[in-house]
Amino acid sequence: MGPIIPIFEIPEELNFLVAFIIGIGFGFALEQAGFSSSRKLAGMFYGYDTTVLKVFFTAAIVALLGLTFFNYFEMIDMSIVYINQYFVNSAIIGGVIMGLGFIIGGFCPGTSACAAAIGKIDAMAYLGGSLIGIFAFGATYDWWKEIYMANPLGGIKLSTSLGLSDGVVVFGVVVMAVLMFWLGEWAEKKFRRPDITEET
Amino acid sequence: MNPYLAGIILGLVLLLSFYLTGRGLGASGAMKSVVVTTVETVAHDKAESNEFFSHYLNTGHSPMRSWLVFEILGVMVGGFISGALSGRLSLKNEHSPKISSKKRIVMAVIGGALFGFGSQFGRGCTSGAALSGMAVLSLAGFVTMVAIFGSAYVFAYFFRKNWI
Repeated sequence: MGPIIPIFEIPEELNFLVAFIIGIGFGFALEQAGFSSSRKLAGMFYGYDTTVLKVFFTAAIVALLGLTFFNYFEMIDMSIVYINQYFVNSAIIGGVIMGLGFIIGGFCPGTSACAAAIGKIDAMAYLGGSLIGIFAFGATYDWWKEIYMANPLGGIKLSTSLGLSDGVVVFGVVVMAVLMFWLGEWAEKKFRRPDITEET
Repeated sequence: MNPYLAGIILGLVLLLSFYLTGRGLGASGAMKSVVVTTVETVAHDKAESNEFFSHYLNTGHSPMRSWLVFEILGVMVGGFISGALSGRLSLKNEHSPKISSKKRIVMAVIGGALFGFGSQFGRGCTSGAALSGMAVLSLAGFVTMVAIFGSAYVFAYFFRKNWI
């Protein structure tokens, strides 16, 4: 029964090896998806390339359905699985700042690491910038502390907040994802343009 | 690669991560480890007296000794392998023909700084908060996802020249 490492108290060194191997899979999938190109990533916000939407939501529903079935067949103890802590104000403010950074910089942290690895100079600059941003937050933490810690709701689930069962919400998320895939395919036809990664 | 196929592979990697470790993927956490370690090395006293940095220093081991640091090293290796297999390894500064190479670098640094700042404010980035959070149905994951993509759409109009 999973999760394997916390349950079987696997030594830390082996856990780090697992992290490295999972990271290789993560980086490989990101690069194969085309996420090592900032103009391809930004295409999502202008409709000419919706790869981000397709990859992101396909990955989310694969993992979501996988965990739902693992839980159903008692292959994983979901009480040990980490559920993100929800602090209402900071999740929204942080997300809005990240979105602005995304459209200005063309990457998110994970995709910039992947793009830097294949030699993208703009990704290396972005990585440097993200270190500056993280440092800036830490150095000015006292200014934000109050709002950063405001309205904590703990590891609350979407299903709990809606008062629905997990299964119904999972089904709803899958339906929404399929609708968005359809919208993405439509947008790519409407806003079609030549392959942007070939331009210089 | 077909984006849906790439998404399935990414989803399976994420599922494997949950099944093995009980946690999802992440990226900004590894960068935070780099920042905290650098601050500790350059200005030890400042790091100790700062509530944010000291939180990550008082764990009894180096912040670099973290799961996400090894995972991100793997991401770079995995990305490199994929780039090599698909013939995409080259030093290149990618930008729209409408802007200069220098402007692209400046925008990348500013965008990175904003995203880095926001990732700390929001307790995780696109991978750790949005993607991994959604996979466990966490409300925080859905809210962060909508905030990131919604905000990028709202601001996209003002930065269109940089991309199209």
